Parts: sequence; C-alpha cells; structure tokens
Amino acid sequence: MLDAFVALFLVLHFRKTLKVKAPGSYWFRMFNSTAYAIVILLVLQEVLRISSITMWIWHVLVLLLIIVLLRNPEFKNDRSIALAVLPLVLISFLQDILKVWPNKFADKLANYLDYAFPFAIIWLVTLWIIFRRQQKALEKERKIREEEEREARIVAARKTELEILVNERTAEITRQKEELQHALDDLKATQAQLIQSEKMASLGELTAGIAHEIQNPLNFVNNFSDVSGELLEEMKAELEKGDYNEAIAIAEEVKQNLDKILFHGKRADAIVKGMLQHSRTSSGQKEPTDINALCDEYLRLSYHGLRAKDKTFNAKFETDFDQSLGVIRIIPQDIGRVILNLINNAFYAVNARQKQHVPGYEPTVIIKTSNATATGNRGNIVEIRVIDNGTGIPQSVRDKIFQPFFTTKPTGEGTGLGLSLSYDIVNKGHNGELLLESKEGEGTTFIIKLPAD
Amino acid sequence: MKILVVDDEKDMQLLFEQRFRKEIRNGITEFAFANSGEEALGYLQRHNHEAVLILSDINMPGMSGLELLQEIKTRYENPPPIVMMITAYGDPDNYNQAMRLGADDFLTKPIDFNQLKEKLKITN
Repeated sequence: MLDAFVALFLVLHFRKTLKVKAPGSYWFRMFNSTAYAIVILLVLQEVLRISSITMWIWHVLVLLLIIVLLRNPEFKNDRSIALAVLPLVLISFLQDILKVWPNKFADKLANYLDYAFPFAIIWLVTLWIIFRRQQKALEKERKIREEEEREARIVAARKTELEILVNERTAEITRQKEELQHALDDLKATQAQLIQSEKMASLGELTAGIAHEIQNPLNFVNNFSDVSGELLEEMKAELEKGDYNEAIAIAEEVKQNLDKILFHGKRADAIVKGMLQHSRTSSGQKEPTDINALCDEYLRLSYHGLRAKDKTFNAKFETDFDQSLGVIRIIPQDIGRVILNLINNAFYAVNARQKQHVPGYEPTVIIKTSNATATGNRGNIVEIRVIDNGTGIPQSVRDKIFQPFFTTKPTGEGTGLGLSLSYDIVNKGHNGELLLESKEGEGTTFIIKLPAD
Repeated sequence: MKILVVDDEKDMQLLFEQRFRKEIRNGITEFAFANSGEEALGYLQRHNHEAVLILSDINMPGMSGLELLQEIKTRYENPPPIVMMITAYGDPDNYNQAMRLGADDFLTKPIDFNQLKEKLKITN
C-alpha cells in the first residue's frame, strides 16, 4: 500500500514539475497516464480486494519509476527524490517478499527491516528537506534568470523601437537636408538675381542722371561749333577789310572754342561710356585709371541721378583731390560702382539728416583722394575717402553693414547688396580695404584703400 | 539791360560772351556771371536791382536754381527781376515746379540762342 502512494506521489510530483517545464513532452504524457492508471488501480484494489496482487504491481511500478528517474538525464535534478524514497521502497518490497516466502532467515531479516524502517524514514525526510532547499534555490535562480530574460526582452524591444525611431529620424533629417539644399540652391539663384537687379537699379539711377547730364556738354558742343561758324564769317570779313589783327584775335577765339568742343565732346563720351561700363558685367581687366577723374565722374553722376529722382534733394558736394596721384591699375567699372554706391549712401545720409530740420545744418558730401603710403601702410597705397556730415551709423549697424542683404532702408528702397558687393570688389577683387569711421549725429567716412603698385 | 547768368558750368560765361558779342559790343546787354545760387544772391545784394533779368540753371551743388528762384521772387518784390530757368533737366516735374515758384520762362539745354534772343526782345 505504501508503495502505491509513493508511486502516486512521485508521478504527481513529476507531472507537476513537467507541466511547468515541458508541458506536452513524452514524459509529461507518460506521467499523466500513469497517474490515472494508479488512481483506477487503487479504486479497483479497494473494491475488488485484490491488494495481494496489486501490491506487486506497486512495487514494480515504484522501482521502475526510481530507475527511470535515476537513469534518465532529464530528471537529473530530481534524482535525490528517487534516492530519498529508495530505502523505504526497498524495505517495503523486502518485507512483502518475506511475508510470501517465509524461511529461517525471514524473521530475523524482518526484524532488521523493522529496525531499518525508522532510519529509512529519517533518510527520506532529510533528503526531502535538502531537496526542497535545492528546489527553492533553483526556483530562485530560475526566477532571476526569467527576470533577466524578461529584461533582455524589454531591452531588445526598446532597441528595436529605438532603431525604428532612429531610422525615422534619419529619414526625416535626410529629407530636411535635401529641402535645405534645395532652399540653398534657390537662395543662390536669388542672390545672383538680386546682384543683377542691384546693378540694374543703380543703372536705372544712372540712366536718369545721364539722359539729362549729357545735355550739359552737348550744350557747349552745339553752341560753340555754331558760334565758331559765325566767328569765321566775321574773320573773313575782317580779312577782306584788311584788319589782320582782328582776324587773328578771332582765329584765337575759334581755336579756343574748338578746344572746348573737344573737351565737352569727350566729356559726353565719358558719361556714356561710364554708363555702358557700369551695365556691362565686369570684364575683370585691370587698367591704368585716373582715380581723381573716376571719382569726379561718379560724384556728378550720383548727384544728378539723385536730383533727377528727387527734386527736393539738395546737398553741397566738394572734391579734395591729390593731383600727384597719377594712374593706378584697377578695374574702373568695379571701383566706379563702389564709389557710386558710397556717394549715393552719403547723399542718402545727409538727406536723412536734413529732414530732421536741424537749424544751421548744411548737408555736405566730400570726396577726397590722397596718397596714404606715408601713414604706415605697406607698399604704395592710394586712399579714397567719401565723407558726409549725415546721420552717422550706430555701432550695432556698423558690425553688420558689409553683410549681404543688410539694409536700414525701407523695404523696396535698398537691396542690401550695395556695400556687400563694394566690400567684395575692394577687398577680394583689388586686394584693398574698405573701412568706415562714423559718429552718430556727426557723419560717416568710408575709406577705400587700394594698392598702387 | 543787365543779365545775370547763374550756372555751375564755368564755360557758360565764355559761351554767353561769344553768343552775345555783338549785343555786348553795342552796349545793348551787359552780363554778370555767378557759379552758384549763393553767389547769385550775394551779387544781387551788392548790386541792388541792377540785374533786370536772371538766367539760372537748376541743378547746382548747394542752393539749387529753384531755391534761388523762390528766394528772389519772395525777397525782391518791387518789381521782382525776371527769372528764366535754363536746365538740362527739362522734365515736366521740373517745369511745373519752376512755374509754380514764379519762373517767367523755362528753357532747356542745349540752349537755342536765337530763341533766347527773341524772348529777350519780347521781354524788353
């Protein structure tokens, strides 16, 4: 009977263990069926009173179970249970054998077995306790491992999540980069367009000035040639009269007139050429240029251009030219644009200050050239100063003034490229320097320094 | 008749002296020249009412011809000298402004001296 319960206990125990570890495995199904078989057999045994037969079945079953547990590597951890029940099972088995097969040793042996029985029990309990402890330790370890696995799974999930996120972000960034690249390309194209329109804008100002300005030299060309015709008629008359002295005097006048005609003809030519050069894209060719003449030409163009645009505009302008400068090698249309730009700005500044109606204020723009070699510069330096007594430039503006698209003028009035282009022309194109000195409320001086050799 | 010519173009003097050489020789006209509006006002102050006719450019550094015109017409009242504007900038804006300020005539450069002489005879 004992063996039946031991068998049932073993079978149920392993069935339970396997249910967690390996449900559906061969051994689980095996133990499952065995458990039902044991229960059925127990019931039959009690109903039919056949324990004398079934007890052998129990013995065999228990021994078989123990053998399975001990031999099979799958139950390595549970071998101690088998070992724990083994003495008890053996004792019970031997007792039953002795009962059915009595001999002269049997009583003696049965006595020994009776004595051994408590030890077997103690053995069972001890091993059982040890086994439970081991199981608990194993369980704990298993739980830790499970926890670790769970964490690992979470980490892996996070990792996948993050990877997806990173991929999304990367795609987003790539898309943004492409958009930015596109925007940059657009901006570059717009900048090129703006540079062109800045040129055309100042050309427009120039054209307005030139169309009228050209009438001044033409006035002299037309009238001096016309009057010279009259003078020649008079000279002829004097010659016929025989008044040679008067004739010579008239001839002198005619000669003087021809000089004037030539001078003003050239002046008209220079005005037109200046406009054409301005509109032409820079040839990048440096030519020997008379700086003073260039400054004078653009000062007049700027002044008359502004006057043509704004009738109320008025300012005094003065020139202070160093006549010893001679010619230096520059790209005249480029430096001309710089000078024009600086002078336009100067006139704008004095005009702005005049609108503040300061009593006794006289708007004045001075353009001054000098040889700056003596003042501590490397090599030969020619300096052009555009000086105005306008509103002045605050420090905050001064820092940004050469930046492209920076302008203090109302929208539509300035492209913000004038000074930026001027800076490039002087610093990059001519290896020179474009500087400014300014005091708020007193005026501004722009200084162009150009190497002269 | 005394005529004051105001123009920042210095060759204007030579041109007028040649164009009017007969009139000058015959003492019909006498010329004075000023290179700026300021100079012209100074001349008028020094030679009160000597110039009966003023021919003035408009675009000049400093005081413009229009400012000079306004100054003359408000300051010299009884009778104000005749002021004719002569300019390279013959656009309608300039013309209207000159007329509004009381200009007696408006000529454009290049100057047509025959036309000018005719006008001077009319004003005579």
